[in-house]
Amino acid sequence: MFKIIDAKFLAPAIKRFIIEAPRIARKQKPGQFVILRVYEEGERIPITIESSDPARGTISIVVQSVGKTTRLLNSLQAGNHILDVVGPLGKPSQIENFGTVVVIGGGVGTAMAYPSASAMKQAGNRVITIIGARNKELIILERELRAVSDALLITTDDGSYADRGFVTDKLRQLIQNGTRIDLVLAIGPVVMMKAVAEMTRRDNIRTVVSLNPIMIDGTGMCGGCRVLVDGKSVFACVDGPEFDAHKVDFEVLVQRAGMYRDAEQRSLAAYQEVESKSKEEACAISPGGER
Amino acid sequence: MKPAAKNSLTPLPMKARMKVPRQLMPEQPANERNKNFSEVNLGYSPELAQQEALRCLECAKPTCTVNCPVGVKVKEFVELIVAGDFLGAAAKIREDNVLPAVTGRVCPQEDHCEGKCLLSKKVKPLGVGYLERFVADYEQRMGTHVLPNVPPTGKKVAVVGSGPSGLTVAGDLIQKGHKVRVFEALHELGGVLVYGIPEFRLPKHIIRQQLDYMRRMGVEFETNVVVGRTVTLDELMQEEGYDAVYIGTGAGLPQFMGIPGEHLNGVYSANEFLTRINLMKAYKFPAYDEPMLDLNGKDVAVIGGGNTALDAIRSALRLGARKAYVLYRRSEAEMPARAEEVHHARQEGIDFQMLTAPVELLSDGKGWMTGARCVRMELGEPDAQGRRRPIPLSGSEFDLPLSVAIMAIGTTANPIVQSTTPGLGTNKRGYIQADSETQRTTRQGVFAGGDIVTGAATVILAMGAGRRAARSIHDYLTTGQW
Ligand SMILES: Cc1cc2nc3c(=O)[nH]c(=O)nc-3n(C[C@H](O)[C@H](O)[C@H](O)COP(=O)(O)OP(=O)(O)OC[C@H]3O[C@@H](n4cnc5c(N)ncnc54)[C@H](O)[C@@H]3O)c2cc1C
Ligand SMILES: Cc1cc2nc3c(=O)[nH]c(=O)nc-3n(C[C@H](O)[C@H](O)[C@H](O)COP(=O)(O)OP(=O)(O)OC[C@H]3O[C@@H](n4cnc5c(N)ncnc54)[C@H](O)[C@@H]3O)c2cc1C
Ligand code: SF4
Ligand code: SF4
Ligand code: FES
Repeated sequence: MFKIIDAKFLAPAIKRFIIEAPRIARKQKPGQFVILRVYEEGERIPITIESSDPARGTISIVVQSVGKTTRLLNSLQAGNHILDVVGPLGKPSQIENFGTVVVIGGGVGTAMAYPSASAMKQAGNRVITIIGARNKELIILERELRAVSDALLITTDDGSYADRGFVTDKLRQLIQNGTRIDLVLAIGPVVMMKAVAEMTRRDNIRTVVSLNPIMIDGTGMCGGCRVLVDGKSVFACVDGPEFDAHKVDFEVLVQRAGMYRDAEQRSLAAYQEVESKSKEEACAISPGGER
Repeated sequence: MKPAAKNSLTPLPMKARMKVPRQLMPEQPANERNKNFSEVNLGYSPELAQQEALRCLECAKPTCTVNCPVGVKVKEFVELIVAGDFLGAAAKIREDNVLPAVTGRVCPQEDHCEGKCLLSKKVKPLGVGYLERFVADYEQRMGTHVLPNVPPTGKKVAVVGSGPSGLTVAGDLIQKGHKVRVFEALHELGGVLVYGIPEFRLPKHIIRQQLDYMRRMGVEFETNVVVGRTVTLDELMQEEGYDAVYIGTGAGLPQFMGIPGEHLNGVYSANEFLTRINLMKAYKFPAYDEPMLDLNGKDVAVIGGGNTALDAIRSALRLGARKAYVLYRRSEAEMPARAEEVHHARQEGIDFQMLTAPVELLSDGKGWMTGARCVRMELGEPDAQGRRRPIPLSGSEFDLPLSVAIMAIGTTANPIVQSTTPGLGTNKRGYIQADSETQRTTRQGVFAGGDIVTGAATVILAMGAGRRAARSIHDYLTTGQW
């Protein structure tokens, strides 16, 4: 059992947890993740470690509600427990002084990119960070990222905050302005990573993406997380999750992510029913409740 | 006074023993069990067990014991069954084998104890596995494990991996007074016994009871620790004060064939397929969250001919598959699976396509598989291991419509510990080097055994290695000599 020390929403449906996990806190490096199981009947899902505090024995993670398990997780509060947390898993990001590094985070990928951006800065790189989200409310970790970046560029799809557009628009501008870029690290939705890969391929800019296939054990045992890189089958949990973006077969990644769509939707629908029931009940007992 | 004595039978004269037929194992009817996950074999009653035990010839040189990898004293425990002392029989087995309820169910007895049983020269061999299972289950029902009471030695041993090999080491060393802690990567203990072998062959409550017993003896367990990632082997020894470490991490990285179409949706490794079902209980979806492709009315094939392949395809059948095929590139004689499983699988309606292998998995153009292009084989010259090599027959291609294909063609070494432990010697294939007598590795104080040393093998071989390792770990801890 792993105790939740703190839990706060950063944006609607995006929550940061501080969890007691002393062994993991001692070993975590940027780019690594944990696999957790919320409760006995739960599935195992991978979540990137945003940061860790070895002295306090805690790690933090940032979770976006997308389906049943992440919604259930995001309903937990400080004092609750998560049944299983294992890690740190995956290969750490390759951190060294490359020169100028552009770190791109899309949506909750921003939280996943944060530890690497910060480590890149410490390694002496010039760090240009680009983050993007659908709207203003969903922009997260702006302050934290500003502190570790030489420049922070922000986009929103609807223009409700900063510049309207996509993160790739900013990347294109950088390339067109002749900014020297030694490495691009992109973490976020597959469509975003794919678009970044296509853009940098033309100019041969070294690009790394963090892949998010469906996982179970995270130790190379099940083979479920296999992705096609450079025409070869590799396991994202042990050989990744970061790979050379120009060699990744994004189509296979998208296709395999959809393997359980029907079941996932059933799970989610059943869970939402439970959620709304418990809300109704809560309203019924508290006279001041909204109706 | 032993209460069981009232069941005592008089041994039969030698000649009469050969006339008693081998007692059949009661089992669930094939057309019922292929729809549920309850155990296939129901177990002997005390009467059946005693009838079967009466058949033993009490050989002067018992080949059964010689051929058992851990040397279970078959003749002696069988005599105790005849005498009605079932608990005594259990204790006798435990002298050599700490998991009799498991081995009685999953050992390939035809290759070991029963293979050269003297009876088998004329009639069917003694049902050693069935009897072993009977006494182990009897003992568990009675709940009368005796807890050993030994003075602590003050030494600490870390066991990495909670499969049969690691559990054997832990069970043996705790009885020598050492402090033992088992580290397991997954959230559940038991290794392949829980995530691989399905409920219908090895009910999980059996493993749970065994683990409870070990806990009561004082073994500590810590799940969710991937040694090499969460903590390194050197940190265990240097910072956490372990005097010795046993590595029993198992084989376990699935291999794929490398044929076109393996990335299509609907293609599983047997490990993933079985892990979803056994560890994650996907067969109870939606009560459990882990999803599984809906197999109802679908055609499914497994590729391979080992226990893993049969476990996977028999699970698929239980999940509603309409057709369930085994595609195996050699013939039945070469199949590595236990004989009883092949027999049971046939009864349940599994369609064995021997001398057949897929060369490509076919796609619907939208990312889902629709079938396998297969080729028929003939057997050629024997290979290095003496097994006849399959050779594709030209022009024999045919397409088999399928919704799901499960790859069960073998595993390779799990590399996490090796790659994070400097000085730990491995062989060409990445398995850990260990002495076959002492299980010592190239690192002082570090021992290894089971599948991570031999490559995928069997439960009893993994346990045998654990037993040898426990002995030499005890020597090392008491003499300090490497
Ligand atoms: C290495 C890695 C790091 C990740 N880090 C984060 C993070 O820091 N924060 C965050 O919010 N999310 C992260 N994710 C994604 C997160 O694991 C999924 O959002 C989550 O599993 C969805 O589960 P669900 O039940 O809520 O949704 P579901 O409705 O079950 O699934 C929604 C989608 O999530 C994906 N998914 C489902 N099950 C799994 C699974 N077992 N493993 C991986 N993906 C799955 C599938 O693509 C699916 O279509 C990461 C994924 C990976 C592989
Ligand atoms: C589906 C299937 C059916 C089988 N059927 C039979 C049968 O009928 N009869 C038979 O005799 N044999 C059978 N076998 C083979 C048998 O199960 C294995 O030979 C045996 O389990 C090996 O035992 P082990 O202790 O070496 O490893 P395993 O049982 O593989 O256990 C290793 C354990 O170590 C853990 N681990 C791995 N890496 C780490 C790490 N870095 N840190 C911490 N923990 C780690 C794993 O999670 C696992 O729990 C079958 C195998 C499979 C897969
Ligand atoms: S442990 Fe296995 S091989 Fe040995 S006697 Fe028992 S069933 Fe036979
Ligand atoms: S070889 Fe067969 S008959 Fe002889 S002692 Fe062993 S089990 Fe009995
Ligand atoms: S998650 Fe099972 S092999 Fe990667």
